[in-house]
Amino acid sequence: MLSMSRKDVLTLLIFTAVVLTMPIWLAPFGAAYPNLLQKFMIYAIFAIGFNILFGLTGYLSFGHAAFLGVGSYAAVWSFKLFTMDGLLAIVFSVITAGVFALVIGYISLRRSGIYFSILTLAFAEMSYKLAYSVLTPITNGETGLQLSLRDPRLIDRMFGPAGDGLPSTRFLGLDMGGYTGFYVCAAIMLICFFLAMRIAGSPFGMMLKGIKSNQTRMNYTGFNTRPYALAAFVISGMYAGLAGGLLAVADPLAGAERMQWTASGEVVLMTILGGVGTLLGPVIGAWILKYFENIFSAFNQGILDHNFAFLPDAVREPVVWVFGQFVGEGWHLTLGLVFMAVVIFLPGGLMEGVRRINGVLRRGGGGGAARAKTHMQPAE
Amino acid sequence: MEAILLQFLNGLDKGGAYALIALGLTLVFGTLGVVNFAHGALFMLGAFCAVTLRNLLLLEQVTVDPDQLTPWGTPLEIKTPYVIAWFGEFGNVLVDYSVPISLVLAIPVMLFVGISMERGLIKHFYKRPHAEQILVTFGLAIVLQEIIKAVFGANPIPQPMPAALGGAADIGAVIGLHAGVVVYPWWRLAYFLFSLIVLGGVFAFLRFTTFGMVVRAGMADRETVGLLGIDIDRRFTIMFGIAAVVAGLAGVMYTPLLPPSFHLGMDFLVLSFVVVVVGGMGSLPGAVLAGFLLGLVQSFASMNEVKSIFPGIDQIIIYLVAVVVLLTLPRGLLGRRGVMES
Repeated sequence: MLSMSRKDVLTLLIFTAVVLTMPIWLAPFGAAYPNLLQKFMIYAIFAIGFNILFGLTGYLSFGHAAFLGVGSYAAVWSFKLFTMDGLLAIVFSVITAGVFALVIGYISLRRSGIYFSILTLAFAEMSYKLAYSVLTPITNGETGLQLSLRDPRLIDRMFGPAGDGLPSTRFLGLDMGGYTGFYVCAAIMLICFFLAMRIAGSPFGMMLKGIKSNQTRMNYTGFNTRPYALAAFVISGMYAGLAGGLLAVADPLAGAERMQWTASGEVVLMTILGGVGTLLGPVIGAWILKYFENIFSAFNQGILDHNFAFLPDAVREPVVWVFGQFVGEGWHLTLGLVFMAVVIFLPGGLMEGVRRINGVLRRGGGGGAARAKTHMQPAE
Repeated sequence: MEAILLQFLNGLDKGGAYALIALGLTLVFGTLGVVNFAHGALFMLGAFCAVTLRNLLLLEQVTVDPDQLTPWGTPLEIKTPYVIAWFGEFGNVLVDYSVPISLVLAIPVMLFVGISMERGLIKHFYKRPHAEQILVTFGLAIVLQEIIKAVFGANPIPQPMPAALGGAADIGAVIGLHAGVVVYPWWRLAYFLFSLIVLGGVFAFLRFTTFGMVVRAGMADRETVGLLGIDIDRRFTIMFGIAAVVAGLAGVMYTPLLPPSFHLGMDFLVLSFVVVVVGGMGSLPGAVLAGFLLGLVQSFASMNEVKSIFPGIDQIIIYLVAVVVLLTLPRGLLGRRGVMES
């Protein structure tokens, strides 16, 4: 397939199979409902895109959520003005986010290191604050941008009169409810994954990795690195815009809180948790984080009591109390602890853990350790 | 004129808070070379020292008065805080001044928190890339704020200021303007003076003590100082503790101005990083200068006259200033050459 290595083809095929069978194998974990699966796919896109910037070039953006938010707004406006079909909406959001990223990236990439992080953070916070205050006519401020009965929806009106009530979103005519929504998002996510894979393996991707390992040397060799970094930034912004657009397709609502810096921090968490610079890492990180956020946080006293029912009452109460601090409302605590543990012990994220286990197994099986080592990420 | 003076005063206390947090951040960065994203959490912990002390002071004893009956016919239970029961009038004073008294509690607590944080975690991250330092301290900040949330709940807990400082000072009358035009709350004035004292104290400590001299030498060239037989690591650890104390004290005194809640630290973190970067990474005077500057700029931007020309400017001015400074002065206002440059 397009001069891909056998290993890449295999990864892609297995990954596709894993993703498409998610409704089956996630059922025992209580996560196999369409809304959550859809979120898994959307945030995976976000994280894959973030990884194209951070993983390949090493530029740590702390303002990526701005593009997600912009994408959402663009998609909802497309619903309001033109049609309820999601395809136009996501095209619209990708383009808007891309333009946004071009402007912000052009300015921010003049600096590197922490200065770059602060610049992106500053732009994202500005967008967030403006969306809340001055830009209310466009963003509808704190309420968030919503569909309304008086929307023009020009293209839809050409084909028929507006029905009663608010219409729901479609994607190429498919109704986005239930598992259809998940499969549409999954298909888009797989395409994005494939593209990211191609980018990482392309000469362009090599250039980006060169920027990460030593930008000065790249410059001395005669490459002007800025356009490459900017291209990575814009691509990554477009991924975020696409994710934002899909969020709006899943639920036609856009709010400014999607642009807040904590949302930007979240995608950083996802990427680091899974493994920076790896293909699968960010996806896994996104899934884990969203799983925590949606399932772990719903654990309550009753479920815990049920799970520890085998213990005698005197023991169960303290045990349930201790666990209760880490689940439900306290899921952020678990997240913080897991995240710290990963950064301290596995700086390469969970993917490095997988590699290490692999290495141990291979060594146990005789030889092959050296081969595993060649896949290590280049050091910073 | 009066309006400008008022906004100037308004900017001072906020600037004081920014300067204190940024000073601590810069101390940590300048000595240990660590970018500490948990610094906002230290500010928040300081604020919750004040909350804890007040809760302790308000622990109540219940006495039953058999002569008086409640409307339900049961004997009336009278609740009085222990301190008031024990010390009478003096107890009332203690409760009233709980916030300033918390400073005394906050110093050892924050010193302990800071030093154990440095020894337990930060120590292992000296040699790691800045990105990993940011991430691990970010994780720590989440953990700290969640612990506070589990203990104190998610709602902001208002802390009253001492009654004597509750009113407002008529500054305008003092300098000869009409009375009642430039009115400024006493507590904000106190905060500003307090921040000046702490800032002065830290600078004097670094400038005029042997310990401070060694630390400054270590900031300039850590290796050489180490070669001279000085245990520089231990001093830097203590500096981390001092930075934590500064952040904590800033947090304690800020509680009457903003009821502390668990995400207070995160709210201030972003701004204080902007302050540090605008001031120049690693420059202590830069951090202080940028702190007050941004406080003042923000205050002036929220004047109605300015807002009518540039709507929404008060929301974004700090970030706008940060962007402009970073693009025109790559090292910030007073940054040194070669610090955090690639």
